[in-house]
Amino acid sequence: MKKKLLAAGMAGAMVLGVLAGCGGGSSSTATSGSTGGSQTSEAKGSVYYLNFKPEQDAQWQELAKLYTEETGVEVKVSTAASGNYETTLMSEMAKSSAPTLFQVNGPVGLANWKDYCYDLSGSAVAGELSDNAFALMDGDSMAGIGYVIETYGIIYNKDLLSQAGYAEEDITDFDSFKAVVEDITARKDELGFSAFTSAGMDGSSDWRFKTHLANLPIYYEYKADGIDDTDAIKGTYLDNYRAVWDLYINNATCEPAMLSAKTGDDATAEFVSGQAVFYQNGTWAYADVAELGDETLGMLPIYIGAEGEENQGLCTGTENYWCVNKNASPEDIQATLDFMYWCVSSEVGTKAMCGGEGAMPSGNPGMGFVIPFKGNLESENALVNIANQYVADGKESVLWCFSTMPSENWKNVLGSALTTYAADQTDANWETVRAAFVDNWATEKAASAS
Amino acid sequence: MEKAIKRYFPVFVLPTLLAFCIGFIWPFLQGLYLSFCEFRTVNDAVFVGLSNYAKAISDPEFLHAFWFTALFAVTTVVLINLLGFLVALAFTQNFKGINIFRTVFFMPNLIGGIVLGYIWQLIFNGVLAYFGTTLKISTFWGFWGLVILVCWQQIGYMMIIYIAGLQAIPGDLTEAAQIDGASAWQRLIHVILPNMMPSITICTFLTLTNGFKLFDQNLSLTAGDPMKSTEMMALNIYNTFYGRVGWQGVGQAKAVLFFILVVGIGLIQLRITRSKEVQQ
Repeated sequence: MKKKLLAAGMAGAMVLGVLAGCGGGSSSTATSGSTGGSQTSEAKGSVYYLNFKPEQDAQWQELAKLYTEETGVEVKVSTAASGNYETTLMSEMAKSSAPTLFQVNGPVGLANWKDYCYDLSGSAVAGELSDNAFALMDGDSMAGIGYVIETYGIIYNKDLLSQAGYAEEDITDFDSFKAVVEDITARKDELGFSAFTSAGMDGSSDWRFKTHLANLPIYYEYKADGIDDTDAIKGTYLDNYRAVWDLYINNATCEPAMLSAKTGDDATAEFVSGQAVFYQNGTWAYADVAELGDETLGMLPIYIGAEGEENQGLCTGTENYWCVNKNASPEDIQATLDFMYWCVSSEVGTKAMCGGEGAMPSGNPGMGFVIPFKGNLESENALVNIANQYVADGKESVLWCFSTMPSENWKNVLGSALTTYAADQTDANWETVRAAFVDNWATEKAASAS
Repeated sequence: MEKAIKRYFPVFVLPTLLAFCIGFIWPFLQGLYLSFCEFRTVNDAVFVGLSNYAKAISDPEFLHAFWFTALFAVTTVVLINLLGFLVALAFTQNFKGINIFRTVFFMPNLIGGIVLGYIWQLIFNGVLAYFGTTLKISTFWGFWGLVILVCWQQIGYMMIIYIAGLQAIPGDLTEAAQIDGASAWQRLIHVILPNMMPSITICTFLTLTNGFKLFDQNLSLTAGDPMKSTEMMALNIYNTFYGRVGWQGVGQAKAVLFFILVVGIGLIQLRITRSKEVQQ
């Protein structure tokens, strides 16, 4: 009898162990943290936000907690690890407690998730939009709402530029920019710094060129043709793309062949330590370069030598759209809409999203966003203020056409071709870039459509 | 006691069986089903028949990945087993500090593939910088970089298996051969090797399947660069799954094909080496 009991007990322990294992195994790789308050209220619904930006995770967690304290609605915020948003979203959406609020990066991301997007037209948060251009439409349905506007261009070090004997006014188009850059390179040893930071093609940095820089030839082609998307790009401005890429890689802190091993951190470090004047990046990088001091930082448009570029501004847009999961229960959808509205309209919410140092109620820095909502506050991000100045001066902002790039695959192949070309700048290698840009665009668009 | 075990065997087997079903059988069957579907999330799939397989087979990159992987697998199987065996031979001789040597050779196997990939990327790029090139722009170095990395990682592991095999050979067999006048070489070929066949079976099986299934080292060392030319099958499947909108099903179909291929090759290899094993 004793033996039986022992055996039953051991078997029971094993079952428990297995079950516990299952419980542990089901936790996702996302860093998740639910809110402290556990007063789940069935009638009120709850919110589950799968956040895209790891750098703002702490702020969202705090906002969620505040919202729960204020309204009693439970808000859970999970943040996907950098570069793993789609994979995390795919597995989270398959769960019974799927995210009620998630993000897509634009029309191409939307194509993947449009069957899950609740129509936001007429919602309170949509009414707060300062411009309906920041709504992501799927036909007549408002599938997503951009919640942060970002701007990129060529960030530069004003002190170094003046040491080289130039000022911002000297750079008005591609030719004048090229002249300045090549002059700095010619006097590199005497000046003690290079023109460009390394255009690293490591995965942590290559999106600056295969996506953001590639946006310019696409933008100008769309503009010339009067379109906003295409199934077959012509590559009208590819020669300009080549010219500007040549400029980036041949005037950098390192040999072009070494670029494939350079990381995003390398470029940031080179810029901050004054080894180079120019650094292509955007407003989100402010925290990385702030130590140079606000008065040292400037931003230039990325000129590529297209006609009419004297009036070109910085590249402004968004690839962060909020979507509400339409498969969630009606209460959860309502709770989510209320939460979004609160974030963009309440004092605490707007302060947290727009504010800088000490903007969170806990005293931590805010997210420093520019938000496309009526409640937007003045930013403490120096790069954002430079970007605003360009708009105030009547410069024409370059749109973020890269959200129409056919697929991740397209970007990766282009990046790889650019890397190969950088190492050996022959016409044959540029032909590979051209094929990756033009031919592969049609291939990938067709593959994604089928 | 035996009776008690018989009576209670379901209690002991069921939990493990249950875990096996939940953790392996069910996902596998679902994956098989999904390869015939177009889907976004795994429980929201639309049946589309064989079109995923058609797309998978007609993808030239997948075919390239297959040949590249095959070449890689063959190279590493030969190198790892040859070197692993030689190291094992050396470390079954008697000399001082032998356990330290064995430990040192085994240790790379304890480091995760992703970490190894990034560390070796730094090392290779540091060396290749003197020749004005990097891993990401050279298919040749990408391939050999992967080979060196995987050899470094796996030789120690195979060495342990070979050492165990060598130590299991009865000393009187080699001694008898020696007395009969067999040279060291003859002893190796005619006595030791035939007796080592079970170890060789295991090691070739492990290295062959590891070679085909290689993923993390590939992802972190070269990520398929330049132009997907060093992309191996597992990485290709991963990139298909996430690289294009609506291609999740195709990635799944490739994964099923990949599974059949690895199982097939593994079985053939087992049959071939098993037939050479001798009874002691």
